[in-house]
Amino acid sequence: MVTLELKSVEACYGRKAVFAAATTPEIRGGSLTALIGPNAAGKSTLFRRIAGQLRGAGQVRLRGAEPAALRYMPQDTAMTAALTVYEAVILAVKQGQAGWQLSARDLAAVDAVLARLKIGALAELHLAELSGGQRQLVSIAQTLVTRPAVLLMDEPTSALDLYRQYEVLDLLRDYAAETGAVAVLALHDLNQVMRSCATTIAVANGRVEAVGPSREVLTPTLIRRLYGIDARIEACSRGYPMMIVDGPGRA
Amino acid sequence: MSLLPISLLTAEAAAHPYRRLVARRILLVLGLGGLLVLSVAIDISLGPARYPLADVVRTILWPADSDVQMRVVIWDIRMPMALMAVTVGGCLSLAGAQMQTILANPLASPFTLGLSAAASFGAALAMVLGVALFPGALALMVPINAFVMAMLAALLIFGLSTLRGVTVETIVLLGIALVFTFNAALALLEYFASEQALAAVVFWTMGSLTKASWTKVAVTAAILLICTPLFARRAWALTAIRLGETRAAAMGVPVRRLRLETLLLVALLAAVPVSFVGTIGFIGIVGPHIARLLLGEDQRFFLPGSILAGALILSATSVLSKAILPGAVLPIGIITALVGVPFFATLIFTHGRRSW
Repeated sequence: MVTLELKSVEACYGRKAVFAAATTPEIRGGSLTALIGPNAAGKSTLFRRIAGQLRGAGQVRLRGAEPAALRYMPQDTAMTAALTVYEAVILAVKQGQAGWQLSARDLAAVDAVLARLKIGALAELHLAELSGGQRQLVSIAQTLVTRPAVLLMDEPTSALDLYRQYEVLDLLRDYAAETGAVAVLALHDLNQVMRSCATTIAVANGRVEAVGPSREVLTPTLIRRLYGIDARIEACSRGYPMMIVDGPGRA
Repeated sequence: MSLLPISLLTAEAAAHPYRRLVARRILLVLGLGGLLVLSVAIDISLGPARYPLADVVRTILWPADSDVQMRVVIWDIRMPMALMAVTVGGCLSLAGAQMQTILANPLASPFTLGLSAAASFGAALAMVLGVALFPGALALMVPINAFVMAMLAALLIFGLSTLRGVTVETIVLLGIALVFTFNAALALLEYFASEQALAAVVFWTMGSLTKASWTKVAVTAAILLICTPLFARRAWALTAIRLGETRAAAMGVPVRRLRLETLLLVALLAAVPVSFVGTIGFIGIVGPHIARLLLGEDQRFFLPGSILAGALILSATSVLSKAILPGAVLPIGIITALVGVPFFATLIFTHGRRSW
């Protein structure tokens, strides 16, 4: 079992700290964790700090996995290189390796991840020929192909159609369950969070506001504090918790 | 260069669609190499004195047995020129390719970022004012001045890009500013130049291979042979950088360090040939684009492809510069663009949608 824990983690751009001491309990692998918060709350900053792209005080404690087994997926899906889908995913496999040769295992790993995301048919297309949603799936393939033990994914479903959104969330949930990986996803759709993510970390203004089981964290009070929205959590006819928005909060 | 072994072509080609793609790309690289050899052979056989091809080949293979006059023409005049076209074309194209890679800009090249303009200014300083930027070797004043100015321009760009918060767009804009600055300074020098000096400057800026020598061939070849393996070792990282900084960093590429190392190598690759042959602007942009259109941007193919495409264009241009007006050798810098553009436009309109 892999676990991730933050101890007073700060993130700095240059000398300026933009994320204040973030502390979380141990986030256990095996299920999905949501990272929620309004725009510019510091979600991407926190991801980049955990991934080692930004410096700052505090400790990111990883147990049960090497730091090299961590993969961060940026939100931006713009990819203009003259590469085919297959080449773009191979890159993720070969990064950090010296040789130019590809083993049968490398190819099998790419084949497997493309098949799992159901984009095998796109393999020989050029990145420029893809739609935004297809590029996002390629981006997810690049992230999963090395079978990371820690996944940090910045809005992995933002460009996908509704069907694909749920398909990808289910796939990620299965991946975490199979491998025991810690998977933290920045998401905006709180109904998806309640349906798919066992744990939720809520951030706002560069600080952690709440951490815990999604059903306990996502309360009307927190939603109002994070987003300024009046909302209720009710059960749908099948028993799933649903957020119903009444409108922008009245002062 | 550790190109994938050719055995791949036969053994595994049928196995996997990706292996087939790789085999196709290896074939294309080999094809470019074949065309280059052909072009160089034609280049050597052409000149004011017409020799039968068989005699030319014999003089190249067994120089000791051949006619003295012919040996001098082939070995001391034509071969340095023909090979200079190859090394200079390769260097400039590779420099352009990696500039485009690290700056994420299809217009980046030694020419558009001010290195050529700086070199011209340096050369003009020597020709107009007799100023040597590196005292001592007066005979080499022009190329040394050109080299010093080109390196200074490159180091200025390099220095700027080490600053925090400087984006690739800033670097490109600064490069363009450098072009205008050095062009203005050059025009100022030309305005005050004597007629003789003015003619020399204008001819220099047209770019020419006629002053080729074995020493210059050796120097440019050495630069190419030093830089290519250094890029080859970073092939996966350089390819990844084209997917965007954040994504490359997320894959574990040390983006900043890679960009700085690459800029230094590119400065060397561009400054040396420019100081020898003057302004040949077209190669640094078009060589890489041809390679990209044919081979994509996997550096395992893009890297040798860019070198070969640049070398091939300049070599073919060298052939044309002798063939268009029999008896005269037109400045190669003029021909590259005039002949290259229609060819390039055709490629863009047939393959263009796949890149940039």
